Amino acid sequence: MTVNMTKGQKISLSKADGGSLTAVRMGLGWQAAPRRGLFGSRTREIDLDASAVLFADKNPVDVVFFRHLTSDDGSVRHTGDNLVGGAGQGGDDESILVDLQRVPVHIDQIVFTVNSFTGQTFSEVQNAFCRLVDETNGQELARYTLTGGGSYTAQIMAKVQRGAGGWTMTAIGTPANGRTFQDLIPAIVPAL
Amino acid sequence: MTAELVSGQNHALPGNRLEIRVSAGTPVVAAVTLGDEQGRVTGDDGRFAHPGEPNLPGVEVPRQAAADHRLAVDLGAVPEAVHRVHVLLALPAGIHPGGPHPGGPPSFGAAPAPRVEVTTPEGAGIAGFTVSGLTTETALLAVELYRRQGGWKIRAVGQGYAGGLPALLLDQGLPDPAGTALAVRTAVAREQSRAVGVDYHHPGRRTAAAGTADEVPGTFPSEPSPERPSAADSAVRPAAPAGAPEGPPVPVAGDAPGWSMEERLYNQVWGMFEDLARSVAAYRSAADFAQARYDQELDRLLADPRTRGGPAAEAARDQAEIRQIALVDQARAVLDRDLAQLTAEAEVVEPALPPAFAGWENPAWHAYQVPTEPPFAVRLGTLCLPEAPELRIPLLARLPLERGLWIDSAENRGLAVDTAVALAARLLAAHPVGAFALHVLDPAGSAATATAPLYAGGALTLPAPAAGSAGIGDVLTRLTERVDLVQMALRSDAADALPPGFDTAEQLLIVNEFPYGFDDRAITQLRYLADEGPAAGVHLMLVADREDAAAYGPLLGPMFGALLRLTPLPSEHLSDPWVGHAWTYEPALVPAGSQVLPHVLRQLADARPAYGS
Repeated sequence: MTVNMTKGQKISLSKADGGSLTAVRMGLGWQAAPRRGLFGSRTREIDLDASAVLFADKNPVDVVFFRHLTSDDGSVRHTGDNLVGGAGQGGDDESILVDLQRVPVHIDQIVFTVNSFTGQTFSEVQNAFCRLVDETNGQELARYTLTGGGSYTAQIMAKVQRGAGGWTMTAIGTPANGRTFQDLIPAIVPAL
Repeated sequence: MTAELVSGQNHALPGNRLEIRVSAGTPVVAAVTLGDEQGRVTGDDGRFAHPGEPNLPGVEVPRQAAADHRLAVDLGAVPEAVHRVHVLLALPAGIHPGGPHPGGPPSFGAAPAPRVEVTTPEGAGIAGFTVSGLTTETALLAVELYRRQGGWKIRAVGQGYAGGLPALLLDQGLPDPAGTALAVRTAVAREQSRAVGVDYHHPGRRTAAAGTADEVPGTFPSEPSPERPSAADSAVRPAAPAGAPEGPPVPVAGDAPGWSMEERLYNQVWGMFEDLARSVAAYRSAADFAQARYDQELDRLLADPRTRGGPAAEAARDQAEIRQIALVDQARAVLDRDLAQLTAEAEVVEPALPPAFAGWENPAWHAYQVPTEPPFAVRLGTLCLPEAPELRIPLLARLPLERGLWIDSAENRGLAVDTAVALAARLLAAHPVGAFALHVLDPAGSAATATAPLYAGGALTLPAPAAGSAGIGDVLTRLTERVDLVQMALRSDAADALPPGFDTAEQLLIVNEFPYGFDDRAITQLRYLADEGPAAGVHLMLVADREDAAAYGPLLGPMFGALLRLTPLPSEHLSDPWVGHAWTYEPALVPAGSQVLPHVLRQLADARPAYGS
C-alpha cells in the first residue's frame, strides 16, 4: 500500500503487525533530459543528487552523499551517483539505504535532500519523485512527487525520526537552493 | 558480645537505634518492609524502603546493590501501626526474574552465604545470623524485628524465595509486587550506571572497578545493566547456540563471496575489519556527542546566575550526567553486541585460515604442506582498537604486493630483523616451489644470525650475495635489468619473448640496515625498484631506521612514503580505509621457542628436488 504523501504529512514506520521496519530505502528518480541535436553528447544532462544528513539533537553528525557513500558507522549507504537520470518510469536512479537497526543510538533524525548538481530547477525536471521503500520486501511505503516544484534547485524531501515507539517518517518538501547538501544545512535546521 | 542466632531463634534488642550490617560476598539489594501485627505490609505508601525510595520514618536503606551494606534503623521512629520490620535481600538476578539477566550469580546457592549482623550505632555487636542452606532462591527475608511487650526483639528467619523479589513481596501482601520490583530494578540500574559509567572508555579497567562483570573468555566484559535493550543482553554471552531461533546468525568461516575458499576467507576478514571499524565509529561518535551535550548543558547552567548554585543546580547537573552516562551506556551496549558477534566470528574464522593467512601459533602451520597454487593474500600481522583489545583482526594483504614493505627498525633493530625474516619465510612458504625467490642484502652482516634459518634448510636457492657494496651493486643491477626486461616485454605485448631460462618467480629483496653500504647509484636503483618493481614482480622489504637515512634529507621521503610501514613492536600507525581510526598493528612473529619456522622451511627444501628446481 502506497501513501502519496503531501507536505508535512507524517507516517509511522511501524508495520501493521506491530513489528518495526529494520531497513528502508530512499529512492530518487527523474527523467533524463531529452537528447537534442546531432551531437547527443551536448545534451544538457540533469544530475540530481540524493543526500542523507544524520543529526543528533539538531547537530549534523555525518552525511551520506556522492562523495561519501557510506556513513562512518555503516548504517546509511548510498548506492552510487547517477549523473543523468533514467527513463522517468518510476524506477529509482539513486538510492540511499538505511539500516535502522544499525543507526547509532545518538542519531535521532535522518534528513533526505535532493540537489540539482547541474543547476536545472525542478520545473525543468520531468517525473521526479522520491519514495520510501521497505527494503526487506520491496514494498513502497510512501511516495512524494517533486516536479512542479518551481524554480528551486534543491528540496528537503523528508526525514525519518526516532521516537519512543520506533521510527516515523515525515514529508517535509521545503524548497531550497544549492548545489550540494552543504548549501542546504540552513534550510534543513528549521525542519528538525 | 554478639549472639549467634540460628533460623527461628530470637533475641532481645537493647535499644531502638540499631545498625544492620549485611555482608553477602556478591552484590545484593537490601530493602526493608514495615508490617502490621500479622506481618502484612498494608497498601499504605511508605511501608517499603528500597533503593528507589531509600528513606522511611526510622529506616534508611542503601541506594544500590553492593556486597556489603549498613542499614540505619531507629525503631523509635517507625509508625505506631508497624509491628514488624523485615530485612530483605535480593540478588540482581532476583529483582526481576525473567527479565534480562543482569549478571552476577543466578541464585543464592551459587553465592557465599549472606550474613546479617545487628549492632548498636557505635558498632557493638548484638546478634548475628548467617543464612545457610540456600539453593535456587534469589530473594530472601533475612531477619525480622518485632515489638514484644513494649520493646523490640530480633528473629532470624532466613526464608528464601526462588521466585525472587516479586514472590517475596507478594507473600508480604504488597499490592502490585511485580511493579514494585520493577521500580527497584530501575533504581538500582540508574545507580549502577552512575557508579560505573565514568569508566566506560576503559573497558579493561571497568571490570576491575566494578568487579561484577561476567568473565566469559573471548567476549568483552559487560556491566549488568537491565536498562539496556534486550538485544544487547546476548552480548555478555559467547556465541549463540546453534539453532537458536532468535539473535544474530551463528557465524561460519568463509561466509563471504569469492571464487575460492581463500578468497572467501580473505573477504570475510576484510568484512570483519570494516564492521569493527564502523561499529567503533558509531560508538565513538555517540560517546563524543554525549560528552559534548553534557559540556553544553553544564555551560548553560553555569552561564545563568539563577541556576549556578543551590540544590536545583545540583539536581540539574546530576540530570545532565545521568543523560550522558545513559547514552554512553546505550552506545556501549550496542558496541558490546557487535563485538560479541565479531568475536564469535573470529573464533570460527581464525582456525579455518590457511597457513598464509594464519598466525605462526596457528596449528595450520604444523600441518603445513608446500602449496601448488600461489597464495591469494598473506598475513602481515594483526590490527586492533583500544575499545576491543582482545579482538584482533588479521591484516591480510593481497598478493602480489602492490607496494613494498618497510619494517621500521627505529625502536628495536633485532626484532625488526626477526619480523622481516618471519614475513619473508611466510611469503616463501606460501608460494609453490620455484615461484618465489628471496634476496637478502645485509652489507653489515648484522642480520646473519636472524637470517640463518632461511639459508640453513636449503630453502633458498640463491646464494647469499657478496658482502659489502659489491654484493649490493650486483643484486640491484640484476633486479633492475629484470624489471626493465619485464616492462619491455609487457609494453610490446610479448611476454613470451622473454629470454629462455628467465626466472619467472616473484622476487623479494630484503635490505637490512638501509642505507648502510649504499652509494648514490645503488640508491637510485633502489628507488627505481620501489617505483617500478611491484608491477614487474620485484618487491622490496626495507629494514630501516628513517634516521639513518637522514643525510639524504627529503630525497628518500617519497620512497619511504610509498612503502607500507610495519613495526616490530605494537604501534598505532595504520588507519583503515573507511573511517580512518588509528589501529594498533602487531607483526606476525614466530612465538618464542617455537620450531615451526625451521619445520616449514625444511618441508620447503625437501619439496624442491621433487620439482627438479
